Amino acid sequence: MPDIDVTRTANLARLELSPEETVRFHEQLQHVVNYMALLEEVDVSDIEPTAHAVPVFDVMREDVARPGFTADEALANAPRRVGDQFHVPKVIE
Amino acid sequence: MDLASLTLTELQGRFRSGAASPTEAVRAVLDSIANKDAAIGGYLSHDAETALREAAQADVSLPLGGIPIAIKDLINVKGQPCSCASKILHGKYTAPYDATVIQRLRAAGAIPLGRTNMDEFAMGSSTENSGLQITRNPHDPSRIPGGSSGGSAAVVAANEAIAALGTDTGGSIRQPASHCGCVGLKPTYGRVSRFGLVAFASSLDQIGPMTKSCEDAARILGVIAGRDSNDSTSLDLPVPDYTATLNDGVKGLRIGLPKEYFIDGIDPAVRDRINAAVETLAAQGAEIREVSLPNTKYAVATYYIIATAEASANLARFDGVRYGHRSTVADTLLSQYTRSREEGFGDEVKRRILLGTYVLSAGYHDAYYVRAQKIRTLVRDDFTRAFAEVDVIASPTSPTAAFRIGENSDDPLHMYLADIFTIAANLSGIPGLSVPCGTVPSDKGTALPVGLQLLGKPMDEATLLRAGNSYEIAGRG
Repeated sequence: MPDIDVTRTANLARLELSPEETVRFHEQLQHVVNYMALLEEVDVSDIEPTAHAVPVFDVMREDVARPGFTADEALANAPRRVGDQFHVPKVIE
Repeated sequence: MDLASLTLTELQGRFRSGAASPTEAVRAVLDSIANKDAAIGGYLSHDAETALREAAQADVSLPLGGIPIAIKDLINVKGQPCSCASKILHGKYTAPYDATVIQRLRAAGAIPLGRTNMDEFAMGSSTENSGLQITRNPHDPSRIPGGSSGGSAAVVAANEAIAALGTDTGGSIRQPASHCGCVGLKPTYGRVSRFGLVAFASSLDQIGPMTKSCEDAARILGVIAGRDSNDSTSLDLPVPDYTATLNDGVKGLRIGLPKEYFIDGIDPAVRDRINAAVETLAAQGAEIREVSLPNTKYAVATYYIIATAEASANLARFDGVRYGHRSTVADTLLSQYTRSREEGFGDEVKRRILLGTYVLSAGYHDAYYVRAQKIRTLVRDDFTRAFAEVDVIASPTSPTAAFRIGENSDDPLHMYLADIFTIAANLSGIPGLSVPCGTVPSDKGTALPVGLQLLGKPMDEATLLRAGNSYEIAGRG
């Protein structure tokens, strides 16, 4: 079974784990990943994947503008707000 | 007469005959919360003032006029907190809009009262993963109420609510209903809008009623079901009157018992209760036969690949930018993301995000995620084949009654495996109902509830509710 690389995965998931968490989660998740090897015994040749169990297709609506949140409503939960904007750390060097 | 101990249907009868008012009912629920919730911990918060104001203005001629309903804390109710039982949102997010189900409840005159506890972001089967507090099973406070809708189940069972909404992604309505001794219904995928529901796994989540009777569940489902232009996965199909056929009985109803479900892992006392329940339905005229669901053994692994993959995408929005916790010790954009999420999320949420990210990552995507989606097709096809021979499939909701708080906290995989009977319904999109079918004794002499699970064809909630109601009535007689 592949050994799950928790550090690399955490970086992809934007989680800054502590060293203790990295060790603990590695053990717990490896256990789960090993259990998933069970699925390898299934013959899935010629089976279509199901992404949506009760599917609907081409669900459309008229391309008409509708009222939405005001700026105040949209910013009401902002951790940091300046004027009508979310204030964030520098994005571009 | 404690109005809080009535069913929704009984309470509605009192309103319409003038024997009680919505204000009196809301007061009774508030009194019950004040007396009981310190010990049970089902509610995270509740707004007494607003509920009383809404009760005073309630129109009891509406389908749910004046009925207070507790709401699981991941469904947006405008002006109320929506924490998902997570530190990443607790005290840091007030809902700016009503979820579609809330809009529909309000249009029917209902009063959303209280935010109920849950496993954080609906990830868990015991409510022990709540980032905020413990909820105790009202039948035995040393035991879990089930999860993830443990708070909703507990408050209904304890008569701290008339009814509640829960959500079900892998069994999270049905299993806590089973453990707490109330009714829980997961509708067909797409039957109820998910707009305003904080998403865990978008192809699996459904909102549903948790109630004291099948009739109450039928009334709530009739109000919340139906196509929503804000949820493109909601089905454009008519909503029947689910109460119309409730009392039609089960004569000739074909009930299948899946041979792969009746295995060694079921507690013998639970098995006895289920067998007795099935015999009751047979005595009322149902035909019992064996069916086979051969891909059952793959359902848990399949689910935990698909659900965690979808969750890893859905929870990416919690980044400290627009709402929720933002770390104060982050100096770059990247560390704002990584630290806010590290500080705000609990362990089980982190584990599932990691697992989901892993199964979607380059090199593993085909081996895990695509393979799981193909096995999902096989699991769904098992039900399609079975439903050609039977109308309803019956099983225990859970292999055991509620375990002790803390008993399984160290072993995530062990916890996942207990979802074996509920999980396939979410993968397949079919509806499922859990109805109380007696109790089993604990080692301390407390009586722990057991749930009978009934699974149905897509869109056939009416048959499930009819069968559940028939069993309920026979149990009372």
